[in-house]
Amino acid sequence: MKSTIPWLIAAATGFVMIAAYFIPAAQGWQGEVGTWFEILAAFAFVLGGANLFAYHLGKISARRAGWGYSGVTLVAFLVTLAAGMLKLGVPAPDRYPTNAWAGDFQFEGSVSWWLYWYLYNPLNATMFALLAFYVSSAAFRAFRAKNTEATVLLVTAFIVLLGRTYAGAWLTSSVPENYSALTFPGMTAIILAVGNTAGQRAIMIGIALGVAATSLKVLLGVDRSYLGSDGD
Amino acid sequence: MNRETLGWTVVLLIGALGLFGRAMSKPEGMGKVYIKAVRIAPDSPTDTRTTFTKVEPKDSEAIVSVPRTVGVWIAALGTLAIFSFLYRDNVFYKLAESVFVGVTAAWAMVLGFWESIVDKLLRNLAPGLMRAWALPGLSDKQEPNYLYIVPLILGIMLLWRLVPRGAWIARWPLAVVVGTFAGLKLVNFLDADFVSQIRNTIIPLIVVVNGKVDPWASLRNTGLLVGVLSSLTYFFFSVEHKGFVGNVSRVGVWFLMVTFGASFAFTVMGRIALLAARVEFLFNDWLWLIDPGDKRPKGW
Repeated sequence: MKSTIPWLIAAATGFVMIAAYFIPAAQGWQGEVGTWFEILAAFAFVLGGANLFAYHLGKISARRAGWGYSGVTLVAFLVTLAAGMLKLGVPAPDRYPTNAWAGDFQFEGSVSWWLYWYLYNPLNATMFALLAFYVSSAAFRAFRAKNTEATVLLVTAFIVLLGRTYAGAWLTSSVPENYSALTFPGMTAIILAVGNTAGQRAIMIGIALGVAATSLKVLLGVDRSYLGSDGD
Repeated sequence: MNRETLGWTVVLLIGALGLFGRAMSKPEGMGKVYIKAVRIAPDSPTDTRTTFTKVEPKDSEAIVSVPRTVGVWIAALGTLAIFSFLYRDNVFYKLAESVFVGVTAAWAMVLGFWESIVDKLLRNLAPGLMRAWALPGLSDKQEPNYLYIVPLILGIMLLWRLVPRGAWIARWPLAVVVGTFAGLKLVNFLDADFVSQIRNTIIPLIVVVNGKVDPWASLRNTGLLVGVLSSLTYFFFSVEHKGFVGNVSRVGVWFLMVTFGASFAFTVMGRIALLAARVEFLFNDWLWLIDPGDKRPKGW
């Protein structure tokens, strides 16, 4: 029963959405449901934040290994939460000078703004920038022209990398204009227009069929794994 | 203190001394952020409140902002702390990571609260209250839309997972989310990806422009069609990949390899661009060793 009712709810809402697509008067529902999704996502963030808080608090109280880092996480979490919720440092906007709550919580100079630009943004960008090293390192170890397929991949990556940089254009700058297809930027354009587009199209068609099949499995109750086990 | 710790302590000390020396040897210092006061309501004769906005050091009214300067130093040290992971996991990386996790989680909650719960849910459920509190610009004509009680109830049910008993209640809103998402995506993917991609692949193999055959365009279209069909053949597992089908499927693999190679190149370029931005931040905003935008006075 605990999984049948949720499945019936999922099936009903899913088939209503499918039917709405074919009924002109109901096509606006998709936008409305998108807004509902955003609201539910906000509640999910609260759930995630509460879980994070409980997990790290438990780690600190049990003095488990690394509890000091949990303390740092909790302090960062609470400071950012308080600064954003209370709109610390946000002045009342010019149109409503007596209402400080009307200001934007990301107002330049506010505590939230400071936390975003001097903590969140640089740390986030650096985390992703780290991947440049790991991608290069993984490529160096994995890319070997062992067979035709691997060679095709390697050569394509090499041409596209060069074709999209100044170095590639400079290296083949002496090629006459009539033979521009033989320059690195020219070869890159051909690769992207033909080979890459063809492969992407096949992959997208495959993904669309996969999504349709998975959605039907969920709506027909064949796949109920998203509900977890009965013991939950 | 073992040899490795000693080595890193020496490296860090040399780095700190270098920074201190550079800051002391130049009268203008480094890593500073300049601001100037601006009026919040420049057109109002009565509202004389001011706020601060970032300006270039060249500005005649520029003054140093302590909180923002501290921010640049914290951002720079955080950047270095995360890059230190390239050597191996260490205390500086773990500290930066812990701060990042805490700030990110809280930031998502704050964003969700102000932009979704207040601006979308409460605006529709209690427009009068929101007009008096956080949304004074809300139209007087806006009436409550009680349909939004549904996401409110679903949201509360979702939070029920935090209660020790009755966690199964959280499955209902989850079922609504999964069911709605499945229904939306089923038709959207079939329309936008499946049908559209097939439609875009139905193209003339012989392209005629002004009464003449365009060989390049014809070749490109033929290549595209052969590529899509052969790649799809590779994904078609109901027929054994032998003989003719095997050969076509092999051509499909080559096209897929071209796609993966291009995707890999774009991924590398994207990450390198991010890395370049971080390095530029360190050398330009923090150390003041470069000035690509010519924003500082000559000689700084």
